[in-house]
Amino acid sequence: MPPGWGGTLLVGLLHSIEIAIGATCLGLLIGTGGAFGKLYGGPVTRDLLAVYTTVVRAVPELVLILLLYYAGTDLINQVLAAMGYQRVDISGLAAGIFVLGVVQGAYSTEVIRGAILSIPQGQIEAARAYGMSPGLMLRRITLPAMLPFAIPGLANLWLIATKDTALLAVVGFFELTLATRQAAGVTKAYLVFFLAAGALYLALSLFSNLIIGRVEARSRRGMPSVKEAR
Amino acid sequence: MTGETAVINVAARASLWLRPHRIVLVLIALALVLFAAFFMRWDWLPQYWEMGLLGIWRSLWILAVTCALGFMLAVPLGLAQAGGPFWFAVPAKVFCTIIRGTPLLLQLWLLYYGLGSLFPQYPWIRGSWMWPYLRQAWPYGVLALTLSFAGYEGEVMRGAFAGVPKGQLEAARAFGMSRFKIFRRIWLPQAFYRALPTLTGETVLQLKSTPLVATISVIDIFAVSSKVRQDTYLTYEPLLLLALIYMSVTGILVLAFSRIEARIPVKIG
Repeated sequence: MPPGWGGTLLVGLLHSIEIAIGATCLGLLIGTGGAFGKLYGGPVTRDLLAVYTTVVRAVPELVLILLLYYAGTDLINQVLAAMGYQRVDISGLAAGIFVLGVVQGAYSTEVIRGAILSIPQGQIEAARAYGMSPGLMLRRITLPAMLPFAIPGLANLWLIATKDTALLAVVGFFELTLATRQAAGVTKAYLVFFLAAGALYLALSLFSNLIIGRVEARSRRGMPSVKEAR
Repeated sequence: MTGETAVINVAARASLWLRPHRIVLVLIALALVLFAAFFMRWDWLPQYWEMGLLGIWRSLWILAVTCALGFMLAVPLGLAQAGGPFWFAVPAKVFCTIIRGTPLLLQLWLLYYGLGSLFPQYPWIRGSWMWPYLRQAWPYGVLALTLSFAGYEGEVMRGAFAGVPKGQLEAARAFGMSRFKIFRRIWLPQAFYRALPTLTGETVLQLKSTPLVATISVIDIFAVSSKVRQDTYLTYEPLLLLALIYMSVTGILVLAFSRIEARIPVKIG
């Protein structure tokens, strides 16, 4: 690790990436469940999921982060107290992943729902005709077949997640933006450090784009290219 | 005839809400609201509601100004990328990539702390008419939000400009229109219609970005709720009310845009 404030910035970047990965994974789990709930669930499930996605998409992330952060830690501590344990301090990493994961979940629910709807109906009918159980059909047909439709949207969500980690600086979690602010505040070299942090975020975005392009090309293999299809 | 369909529509809409499970859910929601109204503390409201209204006004004002300015900036950015020569297209592309590749909070702090810390060094800036503005926080907030909106919407406008069918522009040229007239009468309106559906989403996203200006000491509605939290030591009440306010504004925005969209001719291109 390089010495001085450069090292601090890199540690911050590492924390940002950790949170972004964790939040995206949690978001994918929630999103997959939410999409199936919205498509195949009962009326109550559907309505509750509609409320969840609408509320999360209508309220600023900053407000949600504060609400979920306080509500989540309160809830855990009350449960622990009820079970007779001591209060605990929730680690910033876990809280950040939880909060951003819930936000990401709402968006990925919509992305995955749309992707499942764009699977040609015949493929699902064929799977049913083979007598596949719902679980097997999910694993073998629905998830792989929806992937090419979902990847552009999910890739976008990953990019949003990397940028949303910056919001955790407001609740005091040590990630790249807060690290930058501390470094800049101590050295008074504001412009230099903020530009450096911007370059790091940009590098992360561009690198992600590179990987996303590869993944997208692979998930679409065997399908006509987008240009030909138009 | 139209009256009949309207009645049927209303009946259909009402029956959507009158299904048994919906009634139960609405009742549960009502119970939650009543619980919040009676068992949470709202005695701070009379003291802060004027400040809150001012905060809402400020948030909306920032939203309107940054969206309008940002869109004006997005049109040339999109145009440069869609049909400009490369010395226009490349800088526009770079600008959009940088804005979309870095967090808005960082851009905001870069402008406020970074750029803002440079200005006092120069006596000619301190002496100029701009100095009273540059000392305040809101110009940096407005600038950052404007640039961000322009970056995201510039990318949308690029697609919208590129999506206008060639035949339309060729027909305009065949009519002998000048290049500016083609742009004004054909290219821009059609691109705007194409971009309109995404404009709703972008505006809502912009609304959700406005609370970030509270981090550079602009007193918007988010900052007011933070102040209430600090003064009263309440955690949930101000935040819940704040979420409700943002949801109402989002709802109004979406409704207003859908009204505008409904007036736009559907068949284009």
